[in-house]
Amino acid sequence: MTTNGLHSIDCDVHPTVPDIKALFPYLDEMWRESIETRGILSLESNAYPPNAPITARPEWRGPKGQAATSPAEIGRQVFDRWQASLAICNCLYGVQLVLNEDMARAFTRALNDWIAREWLDRDPRLRASIVVPMQNVDMAVEEIERCAPDRRFVQILVLAMQEAPLGRRQYWPIYAAAERHKLPLGIHAGSSYRHPVTGIGWPTYYVEDYAAQSQGFQTQLASLVSEGVFAKFPGLKAVLIESGVTWLPGFLWRFSKYWRGLRFEAPWVDRPPEEIVRDHVRLTLQPFDAPDAPDLVERAVEHLRCDDMLLYSSDFPHWQFDGDDVVPAGIPAGLRRKILVENPIATYARLKAEAPEEGAR
Amino acid sequence: MNMELKQPLRAAKSKYAIVDCDIHPRATIEDLRPYLSNHWQHYVQTYGMRSRHGFAKGYPYPKPTPLASRRDSWPPTGGPPMSDFNFAREQYLDFYGISCGIMNPLTPSGQGDQNSELSAALTFAVNEWQVEDWVRRDPRLKASVVVPYEDAQASVKEIERRAGDKNFAHVLLLSRTSEALGHRRYWPIYKAAVEAGLPIGVHVFGYSGWAMTGTGWPSFYLEEGIENAATSQTLVASLVMEGVFEEFRELKVVLIETGFGWVPSLGWRLDKHWNRMRDEVPHLKRPPSEYIREHFWVSTQPMEETEKPDQLIDVMKWIGFDRLLFASDYPHWDFDDPFLALPPALSEVQRRAIYGDNARAVYGLA
Repeated sequence: MTTNGLHSIDCDVHPTVPDIKALFPYLDEMWRESIETRGILSLESNAYPPNAPITARPEWRGPKGQAATSPAEIGRQVFDRWQASLAICNCLYGVQLVLNEDMARAFTRALNDWIAREWLDRDPRLRASIVVPMQNVDMAVEEIERCAPDRRFVQILVLAMQEAPLGRRQYWPIYAAAERHKLPLGIHAGSSYRHPVTGIGWPTYYVEDYAAQSQGFQTQLASLVSEGVFAKFPGLKAVLIESGVTWLPGFLWRFSKYWRGLRFEAPWVDRPPEEIVRDHVRLTLQPFDAPDAPDLVERAVEHLRCDDMLLYSSDFPHWQFDGDDVVPAGIPAGLRRKILVENPIATYARLKAEAPEEGAR
Repeated sequence: MNMELKQPLRAAKSKYAIVDCDIHPRATIEDLRPYLSNHWQHYVQTYGMRSRHGFAKGYPYPKPTPLASRRDSWPPTGGPPMSDFNFAREQYLDFYGISCGIMNPLTPSGQGDQNSELSAALTFAVNEWQVEDWVRRDPRLKASVVVPYEDAQASVKEIERRAGDKNFAHVLLLSRTSEALGHRRYWPIYKAAVEAGLPIGVHVFGYSGWAMTGTGWPSFYLEEGIENAATSQTLVASLVMEGVFEEFRELKVVLIETGFGWVPSLGWRLDKHWNRMRDEVPHLKRPPSEYIREHFWVSTQPMEETEKPDQLIDVMKWIGFDRLLFASDYPHWDFDDPFLALPPALSEVQRRAIYGDNARAVYGLA
């Protein structure tokens, strides 16, 4: 089964930086020396402890315990086994955590260059997100402008939790750039850890940290809508990546209800938040947070009341499901078709150009 | 006045013995004075109450109305909303024919104050005041054991002081504590509550001392209202994942004003990730959603409003019709009218359960 000549578009796969030294060719002398003399070991984030089960499914880990360290590894699973036609690389190396703005800029540039040379150049089916240094808005815009001419970059990538909520006006130049270049704002699970991951402090267990990511997404959606980002930038789309899905309806009910009572605070929000979210916000499929019960999955998806919102994703190499069940049982066939290709193409303007019309292949 | 004509009519219409799990009497410092030592009277007068935010008066997010209250709830006698017993009885309890109202005093109560000793003194005073000024005047009212939750030992003392006193319905905490409620520093509170046979009630709001969200401070009260649901998700996850319910199997937790649309999804999410990482939390013997199903009750206000009515019924079903408790939030601005708030599609049995039977069961009310 194909749509527009494509089988599926995997909107979330994770290339792993095998070693900080992999970035050396893309860093200038000063930062290379800094890594050596200061003994900087790695920028891996505690959002994904390297050996935690979620970080990589056991059978995908190589001899050093890492997975997805080369385009071939992604290709074998995502393209060969699961038959995706294209895949979007979201690199989660923790450059957003860096506190020194100049260092953040240097590492982020290196990361994007590494992605372009070591991944995009090596497999024409790969696309990528531009990682941006949110530590400094000018630098973030500069990085978008630097990378955007390469059409293989299809969105910008930020984390679900950072210094301030994403709707705040300080970040708007980033959205202007995103809209100008037709790049969706990809928001991925994770934190720059400027605050505890919850509003009531640090959780004890990693599993709580990971579960709390969906609350971070709730905050960001409330912020983007309430501050009027989508009113100001009507062409902007936001993609919630690895956010979970089933929390969204309950969140929208509460949001729309409070909006009805409190809209005087945000007069630019001139229609119910649930409508704005349906028009501007998309979510990747995995992890799909529902039980393995097809009837319940179907019902939970109905609660979204919109077939345009979900985008196919395997979240490779994260361990979110067993076997090959990338699309959970219970998703109706018609919706499944939309999730695989139509919705990703409608979301990512830069992919649209590459999809020939139905039947052309 | 219209009210006098309508009142008997309205009360007569309430064929359900309604238990309202969330009403907010408000003390003035004058009201609390009889129960405060000279030292604390002087202290409050001089230094004021200092919540974990920057404003000497008011809130980081200004409320939509003065004291977040209905504009018609200010009593003619001049005090703040629900400070005057006679007016509150007339406007609310008698008007709707409420059979039982559980009082959750919020401010001024000293909960979460930067000074823990002041917190202990004020919570004691608020508890005395609830009984003397309210419960003694109307047996339909039940008090909360308001505790200075950041100091577990002082909280235990206050719970023990009220144990066995039928005027109290539950132990009241706020949702924004300085650490999530599963942390061990709060466990003595749960032990004392179980021993006293009292559920724990968690009402939204308070100030943790951290940024209000994991990604900093939002701008609007609108966002704070939404954030209350997110924080509630965090505290439920914390109570479950830390193993509180393995340690305290009798513990009951009532979530108040948290909303409930998120409850099923949180259980599914926790189950999914627990399944992968259960070796991190070996003290859990069952999937997280089972602890939620067994140990939590949730109040209705602000009632979820789904676009499709049957989706609200889905969610209620997934939570369990025996776990939902009616609440109005009187006298606050986002009050749910007892006669209008519940979805029309509910069956008679479900309606009775939510209006009162569930509350009578969890609180052991006659």
